[in-house]
Amino acid sequence: MASIKMRANIADGVTTIKALISHPMETGLVKDKKTGELIPAHFIQEVVCQHKGTTVMTANWGVAISKNPYLSFKFTGAAAGDTVSLSWVDNKGEKDSLDTTIN
Amino acid sequence: MTSMKRRIFLKGSLATGALGMAVGTGLLTPRVSLAAWSKAAFDAKDIGGAVSALYGTADMANSDKINIKAPDIAENGAVVPVTITSSIDGTSSISIIADQNATPLVAEFILGPGTEGYVSTRIKMGKTANVVAIVKAGDKLYSAKKEVKVTIGGCGG
Repeated sequence: MASIKMRANIADGVTTIKALISHPMETGLVKDKKTGELIPAHFIQEVVCQHKGTTVMTANWGVAISKNPYLSFKFTGAAAGDTVSLSWVDNKGEKDSLDTTIN
Repeated sequence: MTSMKRRIFLKGSLATGALGMAVGTGLLTPRVSLAAWSKAAFDAKDIGGAVSALYGTADMANSDKINIKAPDIAENGAVVPVTITSSIDGTSSISIIADQNATPLVAEFILGPGTEGYVSTRIKMGKTANVVAIVKAGDKLYSAKKEVKVTIGGCGG
């Protein structure tokens, strides 16, 4: 699906992850303008970032994260050339993941 | 030998993402594997309910070591950039709350041991509200808030 765009840059031992995920993030409160029916909720519930088998960050999200979510965070203990992986799963069980090399 | 296999299984599941493996084996439905995702917290209608469902207590102290970077006025409530920085030692979890949203809890970020007290994302806000950051460090909760004026709400059609 390639829904994730991610960058991992290291400076002074601190790795900064910046990620963009394409996802509608429907709240379940919005009506379809044509049919007048509620659009069912469809949102990412969990995002996990791992580095060498360690979970660096777990994000639990509700419906109030914006459409096409942006996420950034920082961690120490990695080196340039290491692989970090980011994965997400939504309330319908859809999921995706991406590996990126830190540079 | 059994433990060796288990080790390999665990490694494999970590590589593909723990959730991916659990779902892939068909043992767990996606909803069950999301054990960490607290429905009670995300469905709560007030801050106290959300915080106690998430952390088990609603006792928190205001802290000036938490910095919330968000616009004073957000023209579009559907996309409000929020960055939270905590300089409290041992920050293990950061939650973002928009106190006037129908369900105030926006997100919880659980940080690993080497992860800094910093998260940045974009949130939806129904109307002018306080963005509240809750930080867990050790066994204690700390909070800080910042008002964001919203001119067009981001939760309705």
